[in-house]
Amino acid sequence: MTKKSLWRRLADSGLLLPIVSLLLVMAVNIVFDIVSGNNPFNFFMVTLQHTTSNGNVLYGRIIDVLNRGSEAAILAIGMTLVVSSSAGTDISVGSVMSLCASFCCMLLAGYGVSSTSTLAVPLIVGVLGGILMGALCGTFNGTLVAYFGIQPMVATLILYSAARAIGLLLCNDLIVYIRNGSFAFFGSFLGPIPTPIVITAVCIVVMSLLLRKSALGMYIQSVGINPRASRISGLNSRRIIFITYVICGLFAGIAGIVASSRITSADSNNIGLYLEMDAILAVALGGNSLGGGRFNLAGSIIGAYTIQAITTTLYALGVSTTQAPVFKAVIVILIVAMQSEPVKSYMKKRRLARTAKEGGAV
Amino acid sequence: MRKGLVLTFAVAGAMFAGCMTASADELINVGFAQVGHESDWRTASTKSCQDVFSEENGYNLSFVDCDNDEAAQKEAVRSFIEQEVDYIIIDPIIATGWDTVLTECEEAGIPVIVIDRTIDDSDKYVSWVGSNFKTEGLAAGEWLKAYAEKKGIDEINALVISGSTGASAQIGRSDGFAEVAEANGWNILDEQTGDFTEAGGQEVMESYCKSYEGQFNVVVCQNDNEAFGAMTAMDNAGVSYGPNGDVILISFDACTAGLEDVKAEKITADFECNPLAAPFVEEVIQQLEAGEEPEKEVYMVEHWYALDDAVVDFEVDGEPQEMTVVTDDVIEAQY
Repeated sequence: MTKKSLWRRLADSGLLLPIVSLLLVMAVNIVFDIVSGNNPFNFFMVTLQHTTSNGNVLYGRIIDVLNRGSEAAILAIGMTLVVSSSAGTDISVGSVMSLCASFCCMLLAGYGVSSTSTLAVPLIVGVLGGILMGALCGTFNGTLVAYFGIQPMVATLILYSAARAIGLLLCNDLIVYIRNGSFAFFGSFLGPIPTPIVITAVCIVVMSLLLRKSALGMYIQSVGINPRASRISGLNSRRIIFITYVICGLFAGIAGIVASSRITSADSNNIGLYLEMDAILAVALGGNSLGGGRFNLAGSIIGAYTIQAITTTLYALGVSTTQAPVFKAVIVILIVAMQSEPVKSYMKKRRLARTAKEGGAV
Repeated sequence: MRKGLVLTFAVAGAMFAGCMTASADELINVGFAQVGHESDWRTASTKSCQDVFSEENGYNLSFVDCDNDEAAQKEAVRSFIEQEVDYIIIDPIIATGWDTVLTECEEAGIPVIVIDRTIDDSDKYVSWVGSNFKTEGLAAGEWLKAYAEKKGIDEINALVISGSTGASAQIGRSDGFAEVAEANGWNILDEQTGDFTEAGGQEVMESYCKSYEGQFNVVVCQNDNEAFGAMTAMDNAGVSYGPNGDVILISFDACTAGLEDVKAEKITADFECNPLAAPFVEEVIQQLEAGEEPEKEVYMVEHWYALDDAVVDFEVDGEPQEMTVVTDDVIEAQY
């Protein structure tokens, strides 16, 4: 009885399909491991691995999914809010990540220095600088969208084009290496747990609390559903939209720091490359409408990890990385189709028919 | 779209620079369409050109960074034709689709010099200056053979983290190494691309460590950045590497940071890919200025690096190779 109600609760919250998609992707690994004669749950095994650099750390494919999916999950938080409030996407987040990483590394190394093992400013200054740069980019995007009424795609196209290039200017056209253990922290381990996982968890918790405990979540959805009606009923619609873009930029900054810390450098050409697409896809896979309005944060996060689970699965299956995008596309098509309206209403009709039949029998 | 914007600025800038010095006709105008700025190697290549083709040396350089966009690169070359530069240098992002553009160059009477990567579907350029990537791959293989013999390792199980698929550096290095592997019955367990980036190398190695746990004793990274990433991943998986570790780590490029890791006993051997093409290109230009005909293919001098213990004698295509022992002076002198 309780099980059924949980099922229903999940279905009602719109989380059922995203969760099923994620599990399906992972189930592929079970099939693969059975076929190749391994332990069927190889993919899900988590062990403690002893390392000389970090002591005992969590080790396993599932940890890789959580770890490598961090940046996309962090971006998906901000993207969900932006989509909800403005019915548009922020396509600049990948480039902004790169800019934030460049700015952070430039602060830490000093301008024009391409490799350093000693920090020019305290770590916290560089990291906060990078994150604030993200918020600044968000402010820029938010101003254009909310106060100048420019379409989100067009407004964020500016930083999509320019942010990476600005990052290169900041880094004097070099890859800036910070070969200092303390900076590596954000991309390595906190105790036995990969730090990106912890950072993502903190971001999710803080944002969920903010959305639940304040009226922000409700305001965002209300503006997304009908900005005029919201304004008439006393909400400052523009400010709400503006805030979502600032939050989105802020999270892009955090994701940028994580990505840069993983490789202890600011590789402005590659950090966050195409990640805006993953973030948008995560929102869609999470069962959210890109037309704005009601949103489901948990769905987006699950969506982000689903994308990473596909990548990690393809690695585990040994699919050549050049062919991986094709398989990825096929899986995405299946998931999106599964969540599309015609399929959903067909399933609903079948369920209704079944309940009607059962009801008749009793 | 971003690339388009950057290119527009770059071309506008290049044209402006062209107009500025049009009066100073004693300068030789050179247009350089560079791939991008994806690695230290690339940066060194760019710098080498900017240093050699400076105004003090009698040149006026129009430089366009094409940001890895092949369409943008062809546009850049067309803009050089419009500017009527004297020579065009191209580092082609991809090897094909060049015939039309190079025909336009030929009709405009502008000699084209190709550097680093190759053009496969046209021969309308005067010279190609670059590395022999296949020789690099062969050298890595032959070195490994000699080193394994010295260390008494009879079985080689190698994992390859390759560069961007289709890049001539990737093809040459993969082919060269695979040729030696096949001749000696080595086992190449897997080959996945890390796109020449540190993050790519890290992610691929992270997965290799799980898929081939305890099954591999050689990792070949096709550039230093991938090797940096692979090292982090092996650290996190508790795998030891380098001259004293369980895994022999081979890398290519041999940039300063790479050599530092050779010195730190992390990378076992590093095979150079010389980025300093500009001096060789200048030689070609000077030959053309003097009315001589330069060689169609100019190969640059390259070095193979290791620490003392890993320096062994080996031959590539019957030619004995010399290895350089990495010292602080060597690192200092590297680009």
